Amino acid sequence: MSTSVVRDASVLARRNLEHIRQIPEKLTNVTVQPLMFVLLFSYVFGGAIRVEGGTYKEFLLGGILIQTLAFAMMQPATSIATDLQEGVIDRFRSLPTRRSAYLLGHYFAEMIGSIVTIAILCGTGLLIGWRTSASILSVAQGILLLLVFATAMIWLGLWLGIFVRSPDAVMGIGFIIVFPATFVSNAFVPPSSMPGALQWFAAVNPVSVFISAVRELFGNPLTPVTKHVWPIDHPVPAAWIYSVALVVLGVVSAQRQYKHRTTE
Amino acid sequence: MYETLVRDTDQPVPQPPVGSGGVHVTGLGKRFGDLWALRNFSITVTPGTVLGLLGHNGAGKTTAIRILTTLSQPTEGRATVAGFDVVRDAATVRQHIGVASQQATVDGLMSARLNLQTIGRLYGMPRREARERGDALLEQLDLTSFADGLVRTYSGGMRRRLDLAASLMNRPAVLFLDEPTTGLDPLSRSSLWDMLRDLVSEGTTVILTTQYLEEADQLADDIVVLDHGETVAHGTPQDLKSRIGEQRLDVHISDITQLVAAQQTLLPYADSEPIIDEAECVITVPIKPGTRIVDVVRTLDDAGIDAIDVARREATLDDVFVALTHKTQTERPNNASPQEQS
Ligand SMILES: Nc1ncnc2c1ncn2[C@@H]1O[C@H](COP(=O)(O)OP(=O)(O)OP(=O)(O)O)[C@@H](O)[C@H]1O
Ligand SMILES: [Mg+2]
Repeated sequence: MSTSVVRDASVLARRNLEHIRQIPEKLTNVTVQPLMFVLLFSYVFGGAIRVEGGTYKEFLLGGILIQTLAFAMMQPATSIATDLQEGVIDRFRSLPTRRSAYLLGHYFAEMIGSIVTIAILCGTGLLIGWRTSASILSVAQGILLLLVFATAMIWLGLWLGIFVRSPDAVMGIGFIIVFPATFVSNAFVPPSSMPGALQWFAAVNPVSVFISAVRELFGNPLTPVTKHVWPIDHPVPAAWIYSVALVVLGVVSAQRQYKHRTTE
Repeated sequence: MYETLVRDTDQPVPQPPVGSGGVHVTGLGKRFGDLWALRNFSITVTPGTVLGLLGHNGAGKTTAIRILTTLSQPTEGRATVAGFDVVRDAATVRQHIGVASQQATVDGLMSARLNLQTIGRLYGMPRREARERGDALLEQLDLTSFADGLVRTYSGGMRRRLDLAASLMNRPAVLFLDEPTTGLDPLSRSSLWDMLRDLVSEGTTVILTTQYLEEADQLADDIVVLDHGETVAHGTPQDLKSRIGEQRLDVHISDITQLVAAQQTLLPYADSEPIIDEAECVITVPIKPGTRIVDVVRTLDDAGIDAIDVARREATLDDVFVALTHKTQTERPNNASPQEQS
């Protein structure tokens, strides 16, 4: 990646950040919303759900982190769909800027948002009683995994936005994909309480694997595995394989879709 | 007039071959499904001159501009801009051109100043130079007092002017303007014309499209008239006017039922077929050189036609336009559905 691509991407990322300065409400889904989820789930469900080997608050955080970062894919999807609908994309296309710099600019800006989200969630967690019982190195690996997962989600979001074309449709389609994927998982309740078919879904659902990996790396309680498949039995290596695969899928598909969309 | 543009060192700008700063187009065509939006378009634009592209809605003007500015791929033909091929060397072409599209392409959620700075930075300018260049253009386009306002709150004409400023950020060798003065008030329009004349006198090559024939007449050295993607005329404004007869006679009559009779009566004076405007009750006659108005009035009188007004004038591009597109419409009545012809 040449330096000019990174430089141009930073200039373009500043544009997204400027949008946030103009419409600060855009930030609610990376700030207020995750905060609300932590508080709601831990105090509303917390009393009713028993978790082996720790407290519900400790259990919850891994789930909320992955769920929020997954939902964060809607933001890049909406931004890029809006750009593509307006004339502004023609301006960038007529400049001597690489195609990849434009997409990378969106990625940089969204990544800042995801880092803020992770910080807010972990900070709130610490305040209400979430603790890690793992080594520094293991926690660091957990955070790195979250960052790679966030990267994958942003690129998949960009792909979705380019594919869908309209910012309104992004919300609809995004919810249909992300809602079931994050709720039918081990995010909020142990899958052992679900009907058999859903237990299978939760077990093979990569979202569960990511959540288990984060819990394991943070030294937080894991749910007992009821349906055995290799990834959920070995969450950390499986989560790394999944993240790398999703990053590659996202980056390649977003670039290809963008090229396809802007060739006329 | 301006200081030299400092470019990013890791992006050396290939210099075009000497004497090829203009635009060369050969047999350019673009097909959308069954429709040829542009066909057999060939033109050479000498550096430091202005080409005006004229045509009705849907004639193919924007299609031509989009291909030449690398935004769209030609179906056939070739084009070089500032010496570089628009398909093979698209990235290099982009360094040498400025584009103001028909639809404004500025970011509504940023101020005018930030819009221009972002563009300057993407051309590889250092921050300070991008800011200064942007501010100078805002001043030139009379936008300084709104420079920090959100572009979303701009009026249509202000947005258009900002788009023009954006197209000039890199001091382009070739400037493409797609209907640049649509939506501008008369004052902004004439100051834009002055600005373009300055740019051209400094060596900028300009290709502009317009619906306003006066604009092409004022600015263009060379004019191409497009109709349904085909080039129906090409020449200097003067050529085009003399090709269809230099002088016109507008004959305004009182009785609409006499229009055809009047047209027949006027034929002996006509260089080519007189054109009837029913709404206005006017017949426009391209007159033979040396025609005397008294003779025309007497002939009309003898034929019992009541002429309210007979006025001689120089042909305008409007006349060229009406004559040319009128002709192609009568020659190709089924153009809209070519399949039915075969
Ligand atoms: N992306 C596209 N897909 C399909 N058809 C298109 C596309 N772009 C343009 N066309 C068609 O090509 C023809 C020429 O369009 P173009 O935009 O070049 O016209 P124009 O001369 O710029 O018109 P106007 O004065 O209205 O701007 C029109 O019939 C238009 O419908
Ligand atoms: Mg057009």
